[in-house]
Amino acid sequence: MTTKKTEKKSITPPKGSKKKPENDKWILRLYVAGPTPKALAALKNLKKICDDKLQGKFEIEVIDLVKNPQLGHDDQILALPTLVRKLPSPVRKIIGDLSDTERVLVGLDIKQQHV
Amino acid sequence: MKKIKEKPVTNVLEKSPTGIQGLDEITGGGLPKGRPTLVCGNAGCGKTLLAMEFLVRGATQYNEPGVFMAFEETEKELTTNVESLGFDLDMLISQNKLKIDHVFVERSEIEVTGEYDLEGLFIRLNYAIDSIGAKRVVLDTVESLFSGLPNHMILRAELRRLFRWLKDKGVTAIITGERGDETLTRQGLEEYVSDCVILLDHRVSEQTSTRRLRIVKYRGSSHGTNEYPFLIDDTGFSVLPITSVGLKHSVTSERISTGVPRLDTMLGGKGYYRGSSVLVSGTAGTGKSSLAAHFSDAACRRGEHVLYFALEESPAQIIRNMLSIGINLDQWVKKGLLRFHSNRPTFSGLESYLTVMHKEVNIFKPRVVIIDPISSFIIGINELEAKSMIMRLVDFLKMNQLTSFMTNLSSGGTALEHTRIDISSLIDTWLLLRDIEIGGERNRGIYILKSRGMKHSNQIREFLLTDQGVDLLDVYVGPEGVLTGSARLAQEAKEIAIQTMHHQEIQRKQLEIYRRKKAMEAQIAVLKAEFETAEAEALKIIAFEEQAAKQLAKDREDMAKTRKADASPEMVDSKKI
Repeated sequence: MTTKKTEKKSITPPKGSKKKPENDKWILRLYVAGPTPKALAALKNLKKICDDKLQGKFEIEVIDLVKNPQLGHDDQILALPTLVRKLPSPVRKIIGDLSDTERVLVGLDIKQQHV
Repeated sequence: MKKIKEKPVTNVLEKSPTGIQGLDEITGGGLPKGRPTLVCGNAGCGKTLLAMEFLVRGATQYNEPGVFMAFEETEKELTTNVESLGFDLDMLISQNKLKIDHVFVERSEIEVTGEYDLEGLFIRLNYAIDSIGAKRVVLDTVESLFSGLPNHMILRAELRRLFRWLKDKGVTAIITGERGDETLTRQGLEEYVSDCVILLDHRVSEQTSTRRLRIVKYRGSSHGTNEYPFLIDDTGFSVLPITSVGLKHSVTSERISTGVPRLDTMLGGKGYYRGSSVLVSGTAGTGKSSLAAHFSDAACRRGEHVLYFALEESPAQIIRNMLSIGINLDQWVKKGLLRFHSNRPTFSGLESYLTVMHKEVNIFKPRVVIIDPISSFIIGINELEAKSMIMRLVDFLKMNQLTSFMTNLSSGGTALEHTRIDISSLIDTWLLLRDIEIGGERNRGIYILKSRGMKHSNQIREFLLTDQGVDLLDVYVGPEGVLTGSARLAQEAKEIAIQTMHHQEIQRKQLEIYRRKKAMEAQIAVLKAEFETAEAEALKIIAFEEQAAKQLAKDREDMAKTRKADASPEMVDSKKI
């Protein structure tokens, strides 16, 4: 992630993934404050996890609060970096650089659905 | 604040006035400008309110917009909560003078994976500050982050950075914190916010609660160090910096009537000094309130405002009772000259009551304040507290040149000169009403125990409650003691009888003396007559004897002649004899 304002990475899900009732798509939002080492690490870790576990059914939205400070209010962002799982509901938040993959999976509630 | 800016002196710590009644006085002008202040205290002691009032006053009175970052309550809740104090947050928000940001941390939906920082909070705060150009910030209660976020090491480091950042940002901040067991705040925030720490306390003693405020520290500034009571009511927060008032009140030599002509006479002919403190003490039913009513009536007749704190009776009851002795207080109430404040101090606690009194005095601006009776301030064993309260009250009234008239109910059995609240030294004029119980009657007596700075009568007067009000009579003072009522009348009659008796006795004595004198004179006359008789007899004998001697000498001469003897000198001598 460079210092772009909001960066969207969407990867179309490939055919033949495991069946899901309706929430095929995972919408993940990563809040950061500029390209700090923690932010970059978090994005890298997130991508890796998503690529591994969600094969293409996800969308990552990176929001840089330095550029858009007003966006932090709605998701009640305090700590950075914060990953917010907007979909599937309920909303879940993961704080930190996402270096602990196990906890990220627990936090996103991925494990149960995919393993 | 503006004044400070205009002054060339810049080394002095700049202060940001809170606008909160009393707080600016004890902090010497407000909170440290551009620095964070920690306000800590137990739950429900008024931290949020203090902080909110700081922002609201800043926005409305000092043109300093503020940001309220709420970690516990939502914007809506806050707005509703302070609406009862007359703060319209919605209006301030719409005018961009206030911004409320509710920060919500839900532990259950947060997972922590690795390192994080609180940059998000900084950004939000910064955004909020910049969006309205805020000069004041409140973080209420930042400690709740500790329950929402794990890894306290990071949190502490981040909070330290936050406070530093607030300082750099140049905003005057209030950070609230819940009181811990041993420490001022649960998470030891006082380590980080060290410029100014204010401690709020909410104490219950003898079933009445008192809120108190104390400035634990204030770096770079002198401040009041005591615990100051404060009150939260429909106009917000008010702190009472009462013990800070010095003995600097100016005095006047103007005298005002007591409302009872003969009492004026007793007090050097002119009555009380204006601005002095008058205490009337006495046992139950001696007429203390009646004197208070007289004084109120006299003040109202002069067109002065009178504030009457009735601690035991309702206004209607006082008016009715005073009508029975011919004092119509109702007319003054209707004219707006007399105002009753009827409330028991037990209702709100002493300090709160004192605050209420201050407020009433400030609003109504009376010249005479009646407190009937001060003994009601003693609830249980709080005598010391009551004394300090009354001391501050008297000081406050004197500072404002108000004449205070207090009554004190002395309990039977104790010395009358002993007020239960030991305040006699504060009192300028002290009247004592006492029961005089003689011959199956109770009568009232009044005397002046002291009256500073004026000549006053040292006599006891009988105190009568008539249809036309209080009347004072001379009492019988004699060897039998002080007599009043019918005993006085009886004694007077007795005295007259005794006097008559004495008179008769004297007459009798005088007569006796006269008679004795007469008798004496008679005796003298007799003695004199006897003496004269004796004297005459004696003279007669002497003359006879002389005659005889002469005859003898002559006879001898004749004999010698006959014998033809010469005349001898002896003979001449004897002849002479």
